Amino acid sequence: MGITGNESVLESAVSKRHTPATRQEHAAHSSLALPENPLIKGGAAGGAWPALNFRELWSYRELLYFLTWRDIKVRYKQTAMGAAWAVVQPFVTMLVFTLFFSIFIGVPSDRIPYPVFVYAGLLPWTFFASSVNNCSGSLVGSSALITKVYFPRMIIPVAAIAAGLVDLAVAAAILVGLVFVYGLSPTWSLLMLAPLVMLTTVLAIGVGLLISALTVRYRDVRHALPFVLQIWMFASPIIYPQSVVPVKWQWVLKLNPLTGVIEGFRSALVGREFDWLSLGLAAAISFSLLIVGALVFRRLERVFADLI
Amino acid sequence: MRPIIKVENLGKQYGFGGLHPAYMTFREAAAAAMLKPFKRVRRGLPAIEERLWALKDVSFEVEPGEVVGLIGDNGAGKSTLLKILSRIVEPTTGYFELYGRIGSLLEVGTGFHPDLSGRENIFLNGALLGIKRAELQRRLDEIVSFSEIEQFIDLPVKWYSSGMYLRLAFSVAAHLDTEILTMDEVLAVGDISFQQKCIDKVNEIRGQGRTILFVSHSMSAVTRLCERVILLDKGRVVKDGPAAEVVNDYMGKSLNVTAVREWPDPQSAPGNEVVRIRQVRVRTREGDTAPQVDIRNPVGIEVIYEVLQPNQILTPSFDLFNEQGVHVFAVHDVGPKWRREPRPVGRYVSTMWIPGNTLSEGHLLVQSSVLSYHPGLRLHTREPNVVTFQVVESAEGDSARGDYVGAVPGVVRPLLPWQTDFYQTTDIAPSVIKGLSGV
Repeated sequence: MGITGNESVLESAVSKRHTPATRQEHAAHSSLALPENPLIKGGAAGGAWPALNFRELWSYRELLYFLTWRDIKVRYKQTAMGAAWAVVQPFVTMLVFTLFFSIFIGVPSDRIPYPVFVYAGLLPWTFFASSVNNCSGSLVGSSALITKVYFPRMIIPVAAIAAGLVDLAVAAAILVGLVFVYGLSPTWSLLMLAPLVMLTTVLAIGVGLLISALTVRYRDVRHALPFVLQIWMFASPIIYPQSVVPVKWQWVLKLNPLTGVIEGFRSALVGREFDWLSLGLAAAISFSLLIVGALVFRRLERVFADLI
Repeated sequence: MRPIIKVENLGKQYGFGGLHPAYMTFREAAAAAMLKPFKRVRRGLPAIEERLWALKDVSFEVEPGEVVGLIGDNGAGKSTLLKILSRIVEPTTGYFELYGRIGSLLEVGTGFHPDLSGRENIFLNGALLGIKRAELQRRLDEIVSFSEIEQFIDLPVKWYSSGMYLRLAFSVAAHLDTEILTMDEVLAVGDISFQQKCIDKVNEIRGQGRTILFVSHSMSAVTRLCERVILLDKGRVVKDGPAAEVVNDYMGKSLNVTAVREWPDPQSAPGNEVVRIRQVRVRTREGDTAPQVDIRNPVGIEVIYEVLQPNQILTPSFDLFNEQGVHVFAVHDVGPKWRREPRPVGRYVSTMWIPGNTLSEGHLLVQSSVLSYHPGLRLHTREPNVVTFQVVESAEGDSARGDYVGAVPGVVRPLLPWQTDFYQTTDIAPSVIKGLSGV
């Protein structure tokens, strides 16, 4: 269809159907200032890897806020205990683990009271595992949105993680209680908890983006994930200290970024020396995963609406 | 004038069949990877051609302030085109440029969560549509009152009726202030008064000089709201021009019916040994064949038939059906000339005249028959969907529509005389008024 042909057709259409008043209006609109460059451009991208558009992500920050808020609000709607569930789950797990691993089996805990020891591991782990789990189904669960509105798709899994952060904050209250119960004197290392939580979030987003995008393509991920997370939990020093692993093999454990994070949590709580090498490695791996996750997500994002 | 929408060679291909299923499992992907070397051997097969092009080589430009209708059969690519422009799906070929923000009434109610209240959903939906929170806060009262569900606004939307739900959803979308708006069949839902509100809103948006892309299956809505229409068929643009013209073309093509139908071969013409129909057409008073008629003007349906046996008493008849398949009326020839009169062999031309201001807007399909009532009832021929014509509305206010611009329901639209009497005193009992006005 020729473009030049349309203009004459349009002219006749306008003059034929418009009453004098609306024609005048139409003329007024002609002076409507259009931007010099297109605001939105789109086209066949072929096999290119799309770049991250940070400015656009930033402009949709309100949507992130609302989706997070919705997740939190809806999660505990029509529950009798409400947000208390965020506390009950890790707390009861902590009690059970303490009973079996510490009292019955006698797992060492680096001279830290076992409940504090295991809780410091469970806190980042629960956050990480539930984040990744929620991310996995998040895109498929939002198919109604994805097939109907445009927005940076990354917001959906990131909102699922942001909602998890709120649970983490609630569950952290127990930690404060435990620290007092066991008479641990807080030190300045406690301040390290903030960057540690940030690092866990980076890791969760990286893995979450990867998992959520892959779930759209391969629904198998949903079946594999619980199993993978279970193995990952045992590959993280949550119920046992890093020191029980033979020195020769500890480097393998350190490749798991959660090792650095969890040991870091414990160091921050009891004020012991940080293992900076382990933390540095965890940070390097987490940020690498974030970049890989974001790139894979952007690459697969383009076909979400077609596949979902 | 510079275009606000520029679309160049846009194409969208959907994978079909074995090559690209909707999604692959790991096992299938692994199997596909292993089979790849063998696939290469069979590369000569037309695998690509087997895939469906939902959209192909689509190019057009839209100027600011234009209201453009997109029509076509199901699967013609209308919704795909809107989805590409809305950046929901990515095109396989080509590109587009938008010199303004695009918003959509396509996703009415998207993102609504049943457990959240109406008010909460307004904010969530607004954020999804890209309306800033401050802007939403400022216009909240306006949105709530537009939705007409003020008293339920703090209840969870799962308790809403579907009508309330829809009203609320449309209210948020209607307050989008993007330069380009897309609409996909939104007017097809809701009760009449709500549909009217939607149409009023569209007219208001149009008056603001915003550009609208409107997808609909209602040909009368498209002709009324749009000045220009693009017809898509199997993913391609087949016609682009003034609304009434394109709509009419589409109606003719899709029904394979036009305003005139001829049977040049007497053997295959509908009929029997007594009578055969040779031509049916829709005509104006001036005698022109008319695919479109002004609602105010009379329209004639003319049938040319040949009587093959002498001394037959024959009655031609017409049935009119509207777009929805409603049987608008059935008439037969009650003119005095050939009524109960045996006809000599020969050619006859009968025309039935429908006065102006009788039919509703839209397309009408004509069924043509010839019958005998004497000596016994006999149907010689009945030919459905022989011709079609479109009744178009004028905007000059002298039709039955008056000053009303929205959709007028009803199968017919007669222009009837009205009488209004005035009484100075207000204390006359209704029964007395009844007597006074003589009803």
